[in-house]
Amino acid sequence: MPADPQASHAAADVAALDAEPSKGPMYYLQLMFVRLGVLPFLLLIAVVVFTAISDNFLSGRNLLNVVRQSSYLTLVAVGQMFALLTGGFDLSVGTIIALTSVVGATAMAATYAAIPDAIWFAVTLGIMAGIAAGALIGACNGIGVAMFGVSPFMMTLGMSSVGFGIALYMTGGTPVYGMPAEFGDVFGFGHLLGLPAPVFVGIMLIALLYLLLNWTRLGRYFYAVGGNIKAAGLSGINTRLNLFLAYLICGGVAAVSGMLLTARLDTGEANIGAAMPLESIAACVIAGVSLRGGVGRLENVVLGALFIGLVQNGMNLARIESYLQTVVIGALLIIAVIADQARLRIMANMQD
Amino acid sequence: MTPAPFHSDKAFSADTAAENAPLLELCGVSRRFPGVLALDNVSFELQPGEVHVLFGENGAGKSTMISMIAGVYEPSDGEIRFRGQPVELHSVHHARSLGISAVFQEFSLVEQLNVEQNLFLGDEQTTRGLLNRRALHEEAERILARLGFPLKPKQKVAYLSRAEQQMVEIAKAFRSRLSVLILDEPTASLTERETDRLFELVAQVKAQGVGIIYITHRMAEIRRIADRITVLRDGRHIDTVDAAATSEDQLVSLMTGRVIDQIFPDIANAPAETLLSIDNLTTEDRRVDDVSIHARRGEVVGLAGLVGAGKSKLLRACFGLEEVAAGRVTFDGEDVTGASTRDMLDRGFFYSPPDRRAEGLVMIRNCRENITLPSLHLPAFQKWNLLRRRVEWKRALDLATRLQLHPLKIEREVDHFSGGNQQKVLLAKCLTRDVKLYVFDEPTVGVDVGTRVEIYKFIAELCEQGAAVIVISSDLPEVLHLSHRLYVMHRGRLQAELTGDAITQENVLRNFFDKEAA
Repeated sequence: MPADPQASHAAADVAALDAEPSKGPMYYLQLMFVRLGVLPFLLLIAVVVFTAISDNFLSGRNLLNVVRQSSYLTLVAVGQMFALLTGGFDLSVGTIIALTSVVGATAMAATYAAIPDAIWFAVTLGIMAGIAAGALIGACNGIGVAMFGVSPFMMTLGMSSVGFGIALYMTGGTPVYGMPAEFGDVFGFGHLLGLPAPVFVGIMLIALLYLLLNWTRLGRYFYAVGGNIKAAGLSGINTRLNLFLAYLICGGVAAVSGMLLTARLDTGEANIGAAMPLESIAACVIAGVSLRGGVGRLENVVLGALFIGLVQNGMNLARIESYLQTVVIGALLIIAVIADQARLRIMANMQD
Repeated sequence: MTPAPFHSDKAFSADTAAENAPLLELCGVSRRFPGVLALDNVSFELQPGEVHVLFGENGAGKSTMISMIAGVYEPSDGEIRFRGQPVELHSVHHARSLGISAVFQEFSLVEQLNVEQNLFLGDEQTTRGLLNRRALHEEAERILARLGFPLKPKQKVAYLSRAEQQMVEIAKAFRSRLSVLILDEPTASLTERETDRLFELVAQVKAQGVGIIYITHRMAEIRRIADRITVLRDGRHIDTVDAAATSEDQLVSLMTGRVIDQIFPDIANAPAETLLSIDNLTTEDRRVDDVSIHARRGEVVGLAGLVGAGKSKLLRACFGLEEVAAGRVTFDGEDVTGASTRDMLDRGFFYSPPDRRAEGLVMIRNCRENITLPSLHLPAFQKWNLLRRRVEWKRALDLATRLQLHPLKIEREVDHFSGGNQQKVLLAKCLTRDVKLYVFDEPTVGVDVGTRVEIYKFIAELCEQGAAVIVISSDLPEVLHLSHRLYVMHRGRLQAELTGDAITQENVLRNFFDKEAA
């Protein structure tokens, strides 16, 4: 792989800055804020505050715990980013997780009951069925938005009702039992190469998506379509296909997260994932993904999701009630948006 | 007339002072924006009943200046005097209450509302707190009739063309009592006839003692209506001259700070084989009706016509952007009627759109990504299906250097460049791949003279290297001077084909309008 040209650029920019007359530390703080956004600052504040409150917070064990717990949200947020990049969003990610869980668990349990010897066949089939169900919701979103021009808000909101209804109808609202224990043992509680299974799967998938976004033309097209869909079309890009793929990827990644969560819970649940739309969009926005589309970096989104996990974990350690935690997450989202506006203003000030 | 500075004499009574004072005066006004000094110690005066043209390149400070007069910003330094009295214009509303009205390039219309609602927005007549809708409607009809604009008061603004929206904007300014009228490139999207009507109105209010500040890049308009011209450059006042006594060359050199002996280059004409031929093309919406044209390698073909004459649509239909109802498009010997945009690009047909903000560029992304966007799928940028980002970066930098992008920072967002430099990025897009036919749709809209010259030189180079070039333009001098062959369109039909010495203003204008009217 060729070296990252942006790295050499950053170096050049820094050199240019060095040449200027010396500026105070405030200037560099501002510069950092403009370059990196609000996230590093929030992360620093969170770490300092929670370390002060709880001795356990900074322990390796706890941090690994945070990473494992956040891996589900991280995956969803990374998928959500694709929808956001194209200038839309996906409100149905929660439903996708629920439907994936129910369909996957039902298929797995049924196959396992029919052929009790073929454990891994049942597991594979169940996973595939679950992910296919979730991806199907994503595909419907994509078709609605790309082909029929339905606004992403209405399309994904509608699909979230459709999917949730199907999941409840299939289960009657009760959990789905009867999956082989090996599924949970491996994908919920198991370790691969020393990492918890969901973390391992998450890293693999995120690495793949990073490559897609930054090193393929398809990835570049997501940015272009979100930035100016007409200009993208005039540059010969199939904008409809691109929009469709954004929602398909979003749905597919959320579905993987849904299956991992099912493995952890050991049951198929129709009532999981309700907080996912808000939290995944929050993770993206805190990480500097523009709600208007066209701007955002995947590595920051991963950090954004980890940050939300970290805050939730810290609040748990500090024994803050879970209802209040919801308040904090909502407030953080709004603060992030305000900070981003401020960042744009400072950036305008610093031009030249 | 030389700009005699106004001396306020304390011995004068208030009345005489008001009589002798200019209508509006800026005294050493500066305006600082974060990091930029947009206007630097500029003085300016406007007499009652004069048309004072502001002239300068993009970014010279014209817009900042009129924004301050219209009450959008307050000056950082200096003073604004209105009828001899210092005033602080806090808001647009305040300025309007003094009779200062501005028509900006960026429209301030609410698209969801209709014409009359927009006309009176913020100033509605009410009876006991309720809208007096009948009175508003009648007033709107009266204003539109006086202006002679063919608009219906109940039309929704969203459905109006750009030219019609411009008329609503102008009507808004003429609505109330006027003392100072500011017009910022008002004719950019008006037809010749509407322009004439506007100039009549300007003459009318001028006779009533209204002072008019007029911004334009068009020399012909300056000739027609200017009394005095103030030239700005880099936020500074360069000179104020009498319009009648100043030549175009003088103006251009004042504006750019250098002498441009010739704006338009001589382009060698060496027509070779026919590359594009359009036969009897009709689009689905009938805005292009049975038109046949062709373009050959080594020549520049012009396409002239009024706004809405169908000249854009004709080429857009070849580029997969319009539905073709009938006719045939042949490119490089193959029938490509109804081919997709991607297909046409890959065949070597490049269409550069007129509105860079709306269609041309992804404003929030950087120059590099914009420049290479049409070509990323080409083998040069691909290795095992991954992008060769270093190659991409190198290519974008080369092109930006060739087109003299300023500042030469290809990782910077396009939005942060000036209009002329954005246009260069747009042009660079077509250089990333092999192109046989370049179509430039309004290549110099909103571009200053300096950049214009560079763009024309660029077009000349492409043609002389053996490409076919089609220039679509509403700017008459541009198509007159660049074209080897010129087609004139009117209302979707081909009106004339002119070659060589036959390409004259008279010949073109004769075909611009309805036959019966001409």
